[in-house]
Amino acid sequence: MKKTETPGILNINSTLYKTRLSTRFLNRKPYKPADPKMIRSFIPGTVLDILVKKGQIVKKGDDLMILDAMKMQNKLKCSFEGTVKKIFVNKGDKVSKGTDLLELE
Amino acid sequence: MAVNKKIRELQEKRQRILLGGGEQAIEKQKAMGKRTARERIMTLLDKDSFIEYDLFVEHDARDFDMDKKSLPSDGVIIGSGTIYGAPVAIFAQDFTVAGGSLGQMHSRKITKIMDHALKMRIPLIGINDSGGARIQEGVNSLAGYGEIFFRNTISSGIIPQISVILGPCAGGAVYSPALTDFVFVVDNISKMFITGPEVIRTVLGEEISMEDLGGARVHSEITGNAHFFALSEEECFEQIKRLITFIPWNNSRKAKAFEPGEPNMDYNPEKIVPDDPTLPYDVKDVIRSIVDNSDFFEIMELYAKNIVIGFGRMGGRTTGFVANQPLEMAGVLDVDSSDKAARFIRYCDAFNIPIITLVDLPGYLPGVDQEHAGVIRHGAKVLYAYSEATVPKLTVILRKAYGGGYIAMSSRHLRADFVFAWPTAEIAVMGPEGAANIIFRKEIMSSDDPEVMRKQKVEEYKAKFANPYVAAARGYVDAVIEPKETRRFLLHAIEVSENKVVKVLEKKHGLPPV
Repeated sequence: MKKTETPGILNINSTLYKTRLSTRFLNRKPYKPADPKMIRSFIPGTVLDILVKKGQIVKKGDDLMILDAMKMQNKLKCSFEGTVKKIFVNKGDKVSKGTDLLELE
Repeated sequence: MAVNKKIRELQEKRQRILLGGGEQAIEKQKAMGKRTARERIMTLLDKDSFIEYDLFVEHDARDFDMDKKSLPSDGVIIGSGTIYGAPVAIFAQDFTVAGGSLGQMHSRKITKIMDHALKMRIPLIGINDSGGARIQEGVNSLAGYGEIFFRNTISSGIIPQISVILGPCAGGAVYSPALTDFVFVVDNISKMFITGPEVIRTVLGEEISMEDLGGARVHSEITGNAHFFALSEEECFEQIKRLITFIPWNNSRKAKAFEPGEPNMDYNPEKIVPDDPTLPYDVKDVIRSIVDNSDFFEIMELYAKNIVIGFGRMGGRTTGFVANQPLEMAGVLDVDSSDKAARFIRYCDAFNIPIITLVDLPGYLPGVDQEHAGVIRHGAKVLYAYSEATVPKLTVILRKAYGGGYIAMSSRHLRADFVFAWPTAEIAVMGPEGAANIIFRKEIMSSDDPEVMRKQKVEEYKAKFANPYVAAARGYVDAVIEPKETRRFLLHAIEVSENKVVKVLEKKHGLPPV
């Protein structure tokens, strides 16, 4: 948890400044655009039930999974038509925020 | 004879209560490296100055066999005393009594001393060391917290409020310190969080220690919840006492004036700042070259180090300093440094403390994480705080002042009273490289040797705009001064603005981008 400064170079408007770089800056995550086909947990919780199977064709509005989080049973609904390509979790799994749950195609 | 007996009875009653939770609980407290609540008050306040109230208060809970339990003073000590002769109101939670848990009478004692502090217009110091709400007292405990938060809020900006975290401070309890002006923490002793490691483990399956979740370092370096970090309780009390010397008793007074003293000649402002604007230096040395006795009291030293804030004295009078720190992240403004500076500016404004701003920044930190973290709304806080502040605002531009950063850092346009610039100042819409790339894009692209052309154009721009004289020609800068003249100009400016009057437009309150 200790923060240390790293000597480095910071580019601001094409000028290179000799300075120390903060841990927050060094640990920043590169931006990745969201992939609508990859369903991830939006909140930490427990996978209560998986309502679809691999290869199953799903329509917009179909329930995919129930994620129990913060005393609420959240239904994960499908937002477009597609096929279940892969299921990454099992019933009863505890998942943290951002975990891959299910992939559609 | 009867009187003697009654006095003896009082003495005995006092003696019993003064032991708090008893010898065993006191031993346990000491084993954790902590002092008892009473020892803490005695260490912090002037010798023999403490007057205790409500020693004999008892709780009134009946459920869960609570009626059979006696909790001396209901686990909190309140009273008033002095620090270097200045009056303060104080409460200290006593962890040896029911874990310092907060029940109805416990909270009533705290709100009593808070009301007293507000009425008497004296600073309030709260020492927090509590396991949290007293579960047996149910909603009465919650009511207690709410009453405390309300008073923290209405007292804000009228009396200084200081929170000292010397043990656990968890759940809802954390919001009282968060509403106060300054939070002090001690390594390995202070623990603050909304939900503890146990809840996080059972609900989320994530393992984390108390220290890593909400220890003193975390709040001093990462969250920005704490303003002062100490390695021991002793050091923490010294920091509090020092802070008290810099701040006034309330918002209708000024901080006590001290005997002025010249800065240490070892800090030579001409030698500290390199001419090349891309090279770093420690801006605290510039502050020390200006301030009385080179004595600078830094606040939030470990958080968002790219901006430096703290108190010093100019001609004996307390002054707030805000300075970009080129040593860290080139001194940029970002989400955290904007929050840090804005809050401090508002503190100074609330308590009649003039603000000196030292400017040397390349602008705002670029990046997706900054944009998505809301650098627009956080950065806006600095503009709001400076614009809103009516205390004397004095600005010295040391070197770079580019673009939005120039405007934000107490510029003339936000109503700085005095703006001085060193001859090394570069007041421009952006750095020469960036500006040349845009203005001379066509020339550079169509040149036979774009790199040579680019360098030539950068030099051209530098010669024309990388100086303080363009801004001085418009009166945005009042004077271009030699670095060694800085203290003299600032002392004069502070003297001139002693009776500054600003008419503020009438309104209920503004809407700062909190």
